[in-house]
Amino acid sequence: MVRQMAGDSVNLAYTGGDPGGGLGTGVASIRDAIDRAWSEAGVAILVDLGGAETNSEMAVEMLDAERRGRVVVCNAPIVEGAVMAATEASGGSTLETVRRTAEELSPQ
Amino acid sequence: MTPALLHRLIVAVSDDVIAHADELTALDQAVGDGDHGVNMKRGFEAVRADAAATAEKPLPEALKAIGTQLVMKVGGASGPLYGTLFLALSKEIAPDGSNLPTAFGKAVEAVKARGKSQPGQKTMLDVLTPVRTALAEGGADLRSRLPIVAASAAEATIPMLATRGRASFLGERSIGHMDPGARSTALMVASVCRVLED
Repeated sequence: MVRQMAGDSVNLAYTGGDPGGGLGTGVASIRDAIDRAWSEAGVAILVDLGGAETNSEMAVEMLDAERRGRVVVCNAPIVEGAVMAATEASGGSTLETVRRTAEELSPQ
Repeated sequence: MTPALLHRLIVAVSDDVIAHADELTALDQAVGDGDHGVNMKRGFEAVRADAAATAEKPLPEALKAIGTQLVMKVGGASGPLYGTLFLALSKEIAPDGSNLPTAFGKAVEAVKARGKSQPGQKTMLDVLTPVRTALAEGGADLRSRLPIVAASAAEATIPMLATRGRASFLGERSIGHMDPGARSTALMVASVCRVLED
């Protein structure tokens, strides 16, 4: 859905599943997804439920200092946030603008 | 802290969590997404497999290794929380463990920050906090008192309303069930104290 709306100019990655391959979340696969989505503009992460958020935060903390400052976990609904963020990103916006766009959708 | 004692501690905690996986799953099915038992079992099987090597390390490094294993292998909501507990403890603990009350206090603060939560929300913090207080107060019979403090604290989560984590989505339906994270924390406290009593 995101790819359709934002086109090919934006690096995208998704991940899900726990370290055992079942339903859930895990730091290692999130780190891989950050690598796949990486570009010099940075990465905006959108998550569904709480476990994904804390695992994402830990994945970001494990990045080297150079990358860590350019990855954010957005407080936004995952579907709408991802679509809005990707659309914003495809227009060449900065990471901070992308994050703010996604987070406008959350109750303030 | 000798490698032999550390090994017994690692094995006891791991074996107890693994043995109670079904119970943790059942608790989590009642108030969460049912993955606590499976996740914790997977994490502690990895910790258990490395027990011999981990026990040879100085205490801070051993705790760091355990914390890292938990972060990478547990997943779900508990992986980052238990991982943070052990990783923070590893940063603060003296090699001889003599500052445990202070180090444990800082580790509990780290868990609060990681989970963005406070005691009273029906989480593992509701066991960690009274255990931290009891450790800070000290006393002669700490090893026999701590498991009781932890178990009572876990029981006390039963009538609580969950306002944090997956269980909070259930609202009033979270009342009447023990929080699974509280139970697993109480289990681990009991395992550690049982080994140290022997």
